Amino acid sequence: MNLSFFDQFMSPSLLGIPLVLISMLFPTLLFPSPNNRWISNRYSTIQLWFLNLTTKQLLTPLNKKGHKWALILTSLMTFLLTINLLGLLPYTFTPTTQLSMNMALAFPLWLATLLTGLRNQPSASLGHLLPEGTPTPLIPALILIETTSLLIRPLALGVRLTANLTAGHLLIQLISTATTTLLPIMPMVSILTVIILLLLTILEVAVAMIQAYVFVLLLSLYLQENI
Amino acid sequence: LPRAVLLKDMKLMDVKLGQLPSWVAMRDFTPGGIAGAFRRGYDRYYNKYINVKKGGLGGISMVLAGYVVLSYIWSYSHIKHDRRRKYH
Repeated sequence: MNLSFFDQFMSPSLLGIPLVLISMLFPTLLFPSPNNRWISNRYSTIQLWFLNLTTKQLLTPLNKKGHKWALILTSLMTFLLTINLLGLLPYTFTPTTQLSMNMALAFPLWLATLLTGLRNQPSASLGHLLPEGTPTPLIPALILIETTSLLIRPLALGVRLTANLTAGHLLIQLISTATTTLLPIMPMVSILTVIILLLLTILEVAVAMIQAYVFVLLLSLYLQENI
Repeated sequence: LPRAVLLKDMKLMDVKLGQLPSWVAMRDFTPGGIAGAFRRGYDRYYNKYINVKKGGLGGISMVLAGYVVLSYIWSYSHIKHDRRRKYH
């Protein structure tokens, strides 16, 4: 019945052994450790170039204390990017479509930024709850609103990633089903749908990359406020 | 003229068919041995296809194609119900 549309998001298992761990560990095979040569192979060179690019981009706004977060932010970015892009291959499983995994990534990291801020500069962290220059009658309502927006951040981080990827995969499956069903009936409409499918696939590649970047960027922003 | 080597150190291609069961029995099946086997396989592939001066797209594409095939095999038992289904 209609259950098969969501079957692609079921956690894969072989004879009862969960395979999601292999899906999560597969990206480590794709990133060999760089060797100490002056000029290494093309693959390592491209990876190092990309890592330098993203690290500079993410860490320029942070102050010196924030540079301690460089490794976890960069590795998180690479992890999410690889997993999202690998999920676009046929028959593969994307662990980031599972809300449990995204919440497990978002919640502890957000909490870490919050606790860092509260521990090192408590009054400044609490001061972020009230934007400057608000009219006095609005202050109580605004504090409530800002607290709510603070507490909803981990939920937003996790759900944003899950929803974007799940929606993209579902759309691809739906449109491709429409294409194959229409092919014997109305070939011209089927060709139109194929064009839509191609454009959607390009969009999905872009979304996969952007969502990983947005996740890490927002975390670094929360860190900037608090460190 | 190849020197005489111990059976357990011979490479697989040099082992005679009759010696095959004893060769397999002599291999190292400890966790460290299995990890070593994976490491050797990885190094062989890496040094042949990726760690070269002018590596191309083929090295990584073979890995991704293998991953796709593996994912298909893992999900086959689930997908085979969709073969003759009228409405997906």
